[in-house]
Amino acid sequence: MSTPLNRTLPDAVIEVCGLGVAAGSRVVQQGLTFEVRRGEVLAIAGPSGCGKSTLLRHLAGLERPVAGQVLCDGRDLHRGSDDEQAVLRRRMGVMFQAGALWSSMSVGENLMLPLRLFTLLPRDERERQARFKLALVGLDGAFDLRPAQLSGGMRKRAALARALVLDPEVLLLDEPGSGLDPPNAARLDELVAHSRRHLGTTVVMVSHTMDSVFAIADRLLFLDESTRTMTALGPPQELLATGPPEVRAFLRHGGRT
Amino acid sequence: MHHRRMSEPPSTDVAAHAGEAAAQWRDGSGCWTLSLRGDVRSLPAAWARLPDVAGCAALVVEGHELLAWDAATAARLWALDREARARGLEVVHQGLPEGLVALLALAGTAPVPAPADGTRPDESAAPSPGPGAGHTLAFLGAVLIATGRWLRGRSTVRLADVVEQLDHCGPRSLPIVVLCCALVGLMLAYMGGAQLGRIGAQGFLADVVTVGMLRELAGLMAGVMLAGRIGAAFAAQLGTMQAGEEIDALRVLGVDPVAHLVLPRLLALLAMAPALYAFGALAGIIAAWPAATLAYGVTSAEYWAQVARAVTATDLWIGLFKCMVYVALVALAGCQEGLAAGRGATAVGAATTAAVVKGLVWIVAAACATTVVFTALGY
Repeated sequence: MSTPLNRTLPDAVIEVCGLGVAAGSRVVQQGLTFEVRRGEVLAIAGPSGCGKSTLLRHLAGLERPVAGQVLCDGRDLHRGSDDEQAVLRRRMGVMFQAGALWSSMSVGENLMLPLRLFTLLPRDERERQARFKLALVGLDGAFDLRPAQLSGGMRKRAALARALVLDPEVLLLDEPGSGLDPPNAARLDELVAHSRRHLGTTVVMVSHTMDSVFAIADRLLFLDESTRTMTALGPPQELLATGPPEVRAFLRHGGRT
Repeated sequence: MHHRRMSEPPSTDVAAHAGEAAAQWRDGSGCWTLSLRGDVRSLPAAWARLPDVAGCAALVVEGHELLAWDAATAARLWALDREARARGLEVVHQGLPEGLVALLALAGTAPVPAPADGTRPDESAAPSPGPGAGHTLAFLGAVLIATGRWLRGRSTVRLADVVEQLDHCGPRSLPIVVLCCALVGLMLAYMGGAQLGRIGAQGFLADVVTVGMLRELAGLMAGVMLAGRIGAAFAAQLGTMQAGEEIDALRVLGVDPVAHLVLPRLLALLAMAPALYAFGALAGIIAAWPAATLAYGVTSAEYWAQVARAVTATDLWIGLFKCMVYVALVALAGCQEGLAAGRGATAVGAATTAAVVKGLVWIVAAACATTVVFTALGY
């Protein structure tokens, strides 16, 4: 079923080889082979329902693939003991499409829980770190609020702050710009670009916002729905000029197909 | 047949002459032709049924004389085209109004659902689709492992979560448990009194109520009430968290959802079980007192003296043990169904219902099993 992968690219943080992913009982993508390079911003685009978010969940180790492997620094993300998998997953920060903030905690506690679990910082330092990350996304006043008290856009920004709180090596973002007003969407792009530039964070983001893709993505992976596999991988500008026709059409329409 | 007009076709299309409306099928040499004429909006939908096309290579839809159409017409033609293409026919549109052609073209661009071979090549690699028997065993194993890790200090349970659940499970559940136990005690007094009265043994009424409440009914009623109140709440809470990807957010951090979410709930319910059991049993015994004195002529002094004699340590520990088992089952059923819920509001509702049903069935089965076992052991 799975294809053993013996190579490990020197600059690859995540290597995907022959991956098949399923949503429920339906295989939505198969034969995916690509690598995520250290320090790059890789955007995943494609028509709605083509399996972008499902692929991201596989990269986060949340779903088991139906074929192939996902390697993180040469180690299979879906094999080994729970503890070994947990160690690999902790290197990633994930921002879910709807935010997925823990509703029983305040926004501040949402950010401080990962710090409490994985650092030895005292409480006041954890709070300082959490407040700083919230300030980065423009939510410094939301520390004591419950997620239910935030708007959809604010929840997404708080979720990004939580994804960033442990300064992860790899940031996985599911539609980060959707539901945000233009200034906040631009601010989020800036924050992602900043993390990548100054902290060396590798970013994989699913996005329908082509402005955002062209602004910050180094490469674009295009997933096709009808063939159920990837049809293009390369710099967005290059794909816009010389990519397959459906990819050019998608990019020209700004993701509105 | 009336069709709601969703949008007005272009003015050139609308020149209704309802009397001339017709839809005719003609079988030509190797192709079927459907001719639409006049105002087809008023025609019965039967014209849009594809005839026997065996041996045909093409379907021609001809509409030079089509004067008026609506969205329902477009929907029928679209379905007809799809069916014809699925049977390998070439579909040709001739003379259809521009607006109708544009609408069909727009619908035609919608992606076709994945073909039938789009199933998992290896179903065993997928997580279990629902909480069946295997899933339940796996969940119980996960709870035991998480409990073991917690007891060995390898994981922590958030105190704030336990305290929050203690409030829900204890003080907020107490009134309903006490009320139901009191009513059951009263019922037991009347039933027991009527039967004992036939042999002149009303003096033992307090024994029946005391032993019944302590040994069986207080724990059972507490379990049943908690299944409806707390088991459902656990399933709804965890199901909503599952639907909102909150549990995935925990897993990404390497946090075990069982340790983080199930253990605090289980511990809180187990911690509150003795109090609920004690208050419930007391309420039942107290509620039976007026029935015994007023309806069956037992004096208050006799009643309470008999109660004091009937209380035994064996009945107390057996009753408490049973109550602990019931509430543990309630917590496990609620948490398991919540964690196994699908995405969406319907899935959360289904998980809640399943949690209550499963909790009640487990309680009744456990009540039966413990009664048989304790009786067989001579207790």
